[in-house]
Amino acid sequence: MLMKRNPQLNAHGELIHLLSIEGLPRAVLTHILDTAGTFLSVNDREVKKVPLLRGKSVFNLFFENSTRTRTTFEIAAKRLSADVINLDIAKSSASKGESLLDTIANLSAMHADMFVVRHSESGAPYLIAQHCAPHVHVVNAGDGRHAHPTQGLLDMYTIRHFKKDFTSLSVAIVGDIVHSRVARSDIHALTTLGVPDIRAVGPKTLVPGDLKHMGVRVCHSMEEGIRGADVIIMLRLQNERMSGAMLPSAGEFFKNYGLTDDKLALAKPDAIVMHPGPINRGVEIDSTVADGSHSVILPQVTFGIAVRMAVMSIIAGNDA
Amino acid sequence: MSTLTLDAEALYAELRSGVSALWRPGMALMGVWSGGAWLAERLVADLPALAEAGKPGVISSALHRDDFGARGLASGTDATKIPYAVDGAHILLLDDVLFTGRTTRAVINELFDFGRPASVTLAVLVDRGGRELPIQPAFAAAKVALPAEQKLALARDEAGRFTFSVRAPRG
Repeated sequence: MLMKRNPQLNAHGELIHLLSIEGLPRAVLTHILDTAGTFLSVNDREVKKVPLLRGKSVFNLFFENSTRTRTTFEIAAKRLSADVINLDIAKSSASKGESLLDTIANLSAMHADMFVVRHSESGAPYLIAQHCAPHVHVVNAGDGRHAHPTQGLLDMYTIRHFKKDFTSLSVAIVGDIVHSRVARSDIHALTTLGVPDIRAVGPKTLVPGDLKHMGVRVCHSMEEGIRGADVIIMLRLQNERMSGAMLPSAGEFFKNYGLTDDKLALAKPDAIVMHPGPINRGVEIDSTVADGSHSVILPQVTFGIAVRMAVMSIIAGNDA
Repeated sequence: MSTLTLDAEALYAELRSGVSALWRPGMALMGVWSGGAWLAERLVADLPALAEAGKPGVISSALHRDDFGARGLASGTDATKIPYAVDGAHILLLDDVLFTGRTTRAVINELFDFGRPASVTLAVLVDRGGRELPIQPAFAAAKVALPAEQKLALARDEAGRFTFSVRAPRG
């Protein structure tokens, strides 16, 4: 039978694009996390820059708005000595009617070496990876509801940093899972890294039943979902992606699924609380929790730069 | 397979004398990951004058290699650990094998990311010739000529004893 190769890997099984965590072997994920650890220490040097991507051009293509993710990719690329070009693509060529592949062809003619792509359509980074020149690498910075692999990896880095070992953990992912590419990437990564107990917590309208096939326990009760958890990943309520009456109100959501000190007390005493940001205080998370001693939301941001440096340097060093 | 045998322990004894002669009070020791770092560790254990200077530094070439485009990210990227201030230090740099000089070049770049040393002196166990850059050691315990494709690397057993592994080219 002809097996179709994962488009993210070359014939030697090395990472050449990062499009999704789904289908990546554990060794590849672990290699990224280990490499990220190295780059974290670059911040302690007098010269906070390494020359691995010197002379390379990284194009940030954000067809959908994002400040934090774009900025951390930009910092990561600059710490690797790349030239970074930020294209506010939503306001330029796309709005003039240029097709995605024409945009890519034009940017390739400007000698791009790497595209960091965020797009509202699931699969857009795959399309670009399939059509770009062999020496060009693509990183998915979030596509539709599909995947946000660097967020998934930085979440794994954060969990490993605070909990050391994945194989005995209970991880609860809480909130708007149906719209969340972060949740999907986290679930794939947690499964691959051997986490035995993954819970998806939220109301029926926001937690799809098909998650059971991904090896996840679906909990519609917050109390059941976070009881005894080592890690709680809160998701942002994505108002901009919600159509129709999926929720009675934000207030109702907070009452049932918002993380408060009372609810957090059900988790393990040393549980960590994570959030991909931006946080909606008083909607999915209480301020006292977001700013409290269990919160590792800001370390996530710092680790995110190191993880993106690791991803970019690893794929840039591998040939198609 | 090559029939070349190098007695790594005998060469280490030579290196120990050579380093003793090069060593000046106030110097700082630095080993190139991984073979050079093993040598530094052993020298500190064997030579009281070096032990006085404290724990030796370990330095990796991985983040400054010039073959990154062809080989990707090398292992040992997290190896660099320098327990002293680099600014103004007189550094005695140790490596197991000196060949093209490219690793030494990368290591010196890595070192300068931590500060401006006053001087850097290089001592190696084996100089196998074949230099592609203007880099020379102040001391080499042995000089050998090997075919360019052959790989020579230091190995350390559980008891801490050194051996050389000579690998023939693949295929």
